Amino acid sequence: MNIPSKQPMRIMDEESLDRALTRIAHEICETSIGINSLVLLGVHTRGVPLARRIARKIELSESVVVPVGSLDIGLYRDDLSAGYSPSLKASKIPELTNKRVVIVDDVLFTGRTIRAAMDAIIDFGRPQVIQLAVVVDRGHRELPIKPDYVGKNIPTSVDQKIRVALTEIDTFDAVELKEDIE
Amino acid sequence: MSTKIEAQELKEKDPMYSLGRKHVLDLDDFSSEELETIFSSADAMAEVMSRDIKKVPSLRGKIIMTLFYEPSTRTRVSFEQAGKVLSADVINLAASASSSTKGESLINTTRTLEAMGADVVVVRHPHSGAPYLMARYCDRLRVINAGDGRHAHPTQGLVDLYTVRQHLGDVSGKKVVIVGDITHSRVARSNLWGLLAMGARVTLSGPATMIPMDLLENSGTYSKNNNKGIGDIEIDTNLDRAIDSADIVMALRLQLERQELSLFPTIREYCKYWQVNETRLAKAKQNVLVMHPGPINEGIEITSAVAHGIHSRIKDQVKNGVAIRMALLQELLLPKTGDDV
Amino acid sequence: MNKPIVIRGATVVDPAGPVLLKAQITVDEGKILAVKEGSADSVHEDAIIIDADNLTLSPGFVDLHAHLREPGFEDKETIATGTKAGVAGGFTTLCAMPNTNPATDSAAVVEFIVQQAKKAGNSRVYPIGCVTKGRHGIELAELRELFDSGVVAFSDDGTPVWDSHIMQMALLYSREFGVPVTDHCEDLQLNQGWVVHEGWVSSRLGLPGYPSSGEESMVARNIALAELTGGQLHLAHLSTAGSVDLVRLAKARGLRVTAEVTPQHLTMSEEWVLGSETADHTQALTTGAYDSFAKVNPPLRTKKDAAALLDGLKDGTIDAIATDHAPHCQTDKEVTMQDAAVGFSVLETAFASLMGLVHKGYLDLETLIQRLTTGPVSVLGKQFAELASLNPGTPADLVIFDTNEQWIVDPDKFYSKGKNTPLQGKTMTGKVKLAMVDGKIVHNDIESGGFG
Repeated sequence: MNIPSKQPMRIMDEESLDRALTRIAHEICETSIGINSLVLLGVHTRGVPLARRIARKIELSESVVVPVGSLDIGLYRDDLSAGYSPSLKASKIPELTNKRVVIVDDVLFTGRTIRAAMDAIIDFGRPQVIQLAVVVDRGHRELPIKPDYVGKNIPTSVDQKIRVALTEIDTFDAVELKEDIE
Repeated sequence: MSTKIEAQELKEKDPMYSLGRKHVLDLDDFSSEELETIFSSADAMAEVMSRDIKKVPSLRGKIIMTLFYEPSTRTRVSFEQAGKVLSADVINLAASASSSTKGESLINTTRTLEAMGADVVVVRHPHSGAPYLMARYCDRLRVINAGDGRHAHPTQGLVDLYTVRQHLGDVSGKKVVIVGDITHSRVARSNLWGLLAMGARVTLSGPATMIPMDLLENSGTYSKNNNKGIGDIEIDTNLDRAIDSADIVMALRLQLERQELSLFPTIREYCKYWQVNETRLAKAKQNVLVMHPGPINEGIEITSAVAHGIHSRIKDQVKNGVAIRMALLQELLLPKTGDDV
Repeated sequence: MNKPIVIRGATVVDPAGPVLLKAQITVDEGKILAVKEGSADSVHEDAIIIDADNLTLSPGFVDLHAHLREPGFEDKETIATGTKAGVAGGFTTLCAMPNTNPATDSAAVVEFIVQQAKKAGNSRVYPIGCVTKGRHGIELAELRELFDSGVVAFSDDGTPVWDSHIMQMALLYSREFGVPVTDHCEDLQLNQGWVVHEGWVSSRLGLPGYPSSGEESMVARNIALAELTGGQLHLAHLSTAGSVDLVRLAKARGLRVTAEVTPQHLTMSEEWVLGSETADHTQALTTGAYDSFAKVNPPLRTKKDAAALLDGLKDGTIDAIATDHAPHCQTDKEVTMQDAAVGFSVLETAFASLMGLVHKGYLDLETLIQRLTTGPVSVLGKQFAELASLNPGTPADLVIFDTNEQWIVDPDKFYSKGKNTPLQGKTMTGKVKLAMVDGKIVHNDIESGGFG
């Protein structure tokens, strides 16, 4: 699988990505906690449209409108080497206290982004529970963080890059794997 | 020993950091992209300021020192608040408490602050250029100019530009009238460079005694090419004419003691010809924005009715002061990687 | 006891005569013995021989305007260090400005300065006396006694004689002395709080400006008073095109008016304060801006002013180049522009700065030497003609220089205590190699191999 190439390798196409999101939406609904207090929080940048898509799917199947928020974790990075988005975006957060909050992000890697996201969430309120949904889990965790909902597990080497392309941002839907040989 | 440091390439570009610069001395070297980065970040900071818990950890462990050789309330407080909301440690040094009164030079004070581990010093000084002198003697320490003499006040300039952008979006091609004592105004100077970078057309108005001689005669030479078009400066001492179709009117504080220097004959005459009042404002665009960097002499450079009227954005200027300074500190002090982690 | 000195191979530039190539200059008993073109007659066997091939020799330079700071400001300069800097810069005569502490308003201070200069044994020093007591501008100093004790001019330099009546009286009282009243032309009302020239740079930097009119109005006043009184007027450090025009007019009308210009006002402009000579309106400032080392009184003006000063120097409107050497401690300069002391340490860079004009073709070497030698002497009066002469029998005050040697300005190597120069790090062309006062070598930078 790990064939060095400048061309990104397509791991998921539009259809398989959509299927994965549908499955995540169903799994979120199937838990015993229920969806009445559900809030989806997308992590900037790609987590935001993903959260909206999942919310839409839940709305279609369950006829419940799920509040969606957006979260920029730039202000919660844990050290200077953590990712800092060059331009900070304003977070838009619905009421979180006593809610079931699902953080939505595209790729789970070291876990530091999610740690920052949890710190941010706690500044906004005290959710009843916080869960995590990601499209891709690529491994290499540096913190004790485990996703509750995963679109696809993709074993990678540290040098590789995973890109989740979304129509809202990138004009097409796909998940691609790239060797970092720049 | 001669310790004069050779003129350095300015505002030494530092790609490790979010803003490609070490110091913030004026807005004259800000590109429109750089301004946009700060404004976008300020949007995020405004959101933080709207929370119940106004605290984020991003600048934890950073030390910000404010060094004010002139009295100031709002600038110093907004820097202090900005630093504290971002979890930095903010240490305020009053000029009287610093050793300048004991004759320590600004250079030695700078070296001392650097040795004490400050990451950034926010300085206000009555002498134009003082922050440039400090910057020449900094190794790791960064300097933010919080107002130097009559030269520059870049963070107030950013606040004003951000406020304009909030209400008008793109400033390019918009007509901005700045009226008052331009010669002695650091706010006017900084706004000028920022507005030109963003492609605005700026008209300076006021008595000829309050407009720098060189601008009176050679304003055209200051026009600045930039990627948004060409920003222009015009001079028109007749405010009734200058205000025609203005998108923005900025009134400057009239320093009443300037009357002693004969810069204007009487306050009465100044008000008659250069006060921003409702009659004059009627000649501007219908949705004109009225601004003032504060503190206001109500009833002198601007009437109370206008200062508190529907066109006034003066309250927004005050409110935006903290968010902009948060954004500036954040963008200046934190390295970026750009990669997802 | 002194051995004769023979200088061989030098090109001689003497305003009194034609340029001589490969000349031999013989000095004996402190006086010029002979100056001859071509190779030597027999040389006295004891003679010290200085090989000056490819070097140029001229009368020693005379500086009408130097601040030696002693007495009172010995931390900035002493007469010993200032005169050493002087000879290193080719100046064999320095006129010492009286803004000392105490000011040179009494015979006692004049005597002190003369004694200190003798002790130092470098250049000659002629004190300039105050116009008013303590330089306060209120009442005349004892001008007659000052003159009798040896001052070569009167000036309140550092400040103008701001009271027009006092200036009128000074010119009238001293008109028969044959020495000038030198005024530092500055209208104190127009210049309140000034830091730099009033122009685009002052607008850009938000610094209080000193308009050209602040000088010109005083130049005009002084010329009018010279006409009224018949007094002898000398105008210090002209800096504006308008001043040059006023002086040109005054000379055309036959008034006893002379004028000087400094190397810095001839070669530098207001842009130096920006830390970049080539900065323009559209550029952002650099951290090099607000260079307090470029603060001087009068301020560096525009490039047009510098060109007009050069024209005035060439056509004789301006009689002399004077340094306005103004040494300061680093702590007086390493502060904000507004707090910074005014002035440059000039003596050791003056010649090279001026050679820059020669190398660019703006000025010929003969004119330059004239304005550094017989020009200033003519301001002081005929009685001083020997100071700038190579005629046999006159005191051997001379300078040897290399017009092409390149060097980099390093203030740490200055003899002057004043390290305050905006030229630090600049590459200069032209260097003084040897200076002689009264036949004594007081500065020698010629390779030791040059001695026979």
